[in-house]
Amino acid sequence: MTVLDRRSNRLGVWGWLGGGRWGMERYAYILHRITGLAILLYLLLHIVVTSFRVEGIYLWTGNGFLHSPVFEMGEYLVFAAFAYHACNGLRLVLVELGVAVGKPTEPVFPYKTSLNVQRPLLIGMMFLALILVAMGAYAELIG
Amino acid sequence: MNRTRLWILHMAAGVVLFLVLGMHMAIMHLGGVSHLFAPYAGTADSIQNSLFRDRMPFFTVSYVLLLGVALFHGLYGFRTILFELTLKRAAERAITVVLLVVGLGLFALGTWAAVAAHGMALAGVKG
Ligand code: HEM
Repeated sequence: MTVLDRRSNRLGVWGWLGGGRWGMERYAYILHRITGLAILLYLLLHIVVTSFRVEGIYLWTGNGFLHSPVFEMGEYLVFAAFAYHACNGLRLVLVELGVAVGKPTEPVFPYKTSLNVQRPLLIGMMFLALILVAMGAYAELIG
Repeated sequence: MNRTRLWILHMAAGVVLFLVLGMHMAIMHLGGVSHLFAPYAGTADSIQNSLFRDRMPFFTVSYVLLLGVALFHGLYGFRTILFELTLKRAAERAITVVLLVVGLGLFALGTWAAVAAHGMALAGVKG
């Protein structure tokens, strides 16, 4: 009997970006990963920076170090990343629960893919993300 | 806890984040439009507006909740990405330990700060 080696079909770093069929969902997934990592990095720094307020140090206000246009712009990008990650993440949870993926059908040629069935949900969620990104920009401009 | 359970928890954390982080973002980033929980002039992150929220127990509790859920969701997600490389078991274990230490450490720091800030805001600290 052959022994299965769990490392025999490893893709390594290529598995992060390549592999699999490239469709709209693939790009959605890559962006989900990038935005997830970006907001995680922000979160780790954010916890430390905001904890300083106990010492009366508010780095993000007045003449604080973080109160410069570059950091304000960066904060807006974090908001945009959140808007995308949240909307796409909710879509992933819904799809995982079997919402909007259609009923299973017999695998008869020509085969149908459920991707086409759940695509309207993707488009709807991207639309929602776009609205949030635009609202954020508007609030930033008038705020 | 087995991996399937942790993964379900990761998904559930995403849903909780959608609500709690959604509220946080609506207050902090859509403040120009929403003016939620920021009665003083200036931006939602001004010192006066921060102290106003820090005074309310609701915010202290929701900050600690957000802190825990976001740290778990983010770090567990990062761990998943690293584990996709099919590492050696020892490396996987080391990653788990490092992420646990980072997560618990930042959770302790953030919780302490949220509770202390609440006390200071109640005591009437001026910004
Ligand atoms: C706003 C609400 C959020 C929702 C609904 C959400 C949802 C999700 C879901 C469903 C996944 C799993 C994707 C998959 O397995 O294919 C995921 C992955 C991830 N999330 Fe979130 N998330 C949210 C917020 C956050 C936050 C605040 C952070 C950072 C602290 C974060 C960091 C990550 C990371 C690093 C991953 C792993 C990405 C990957 O495996 O490609 N997420 N998120």
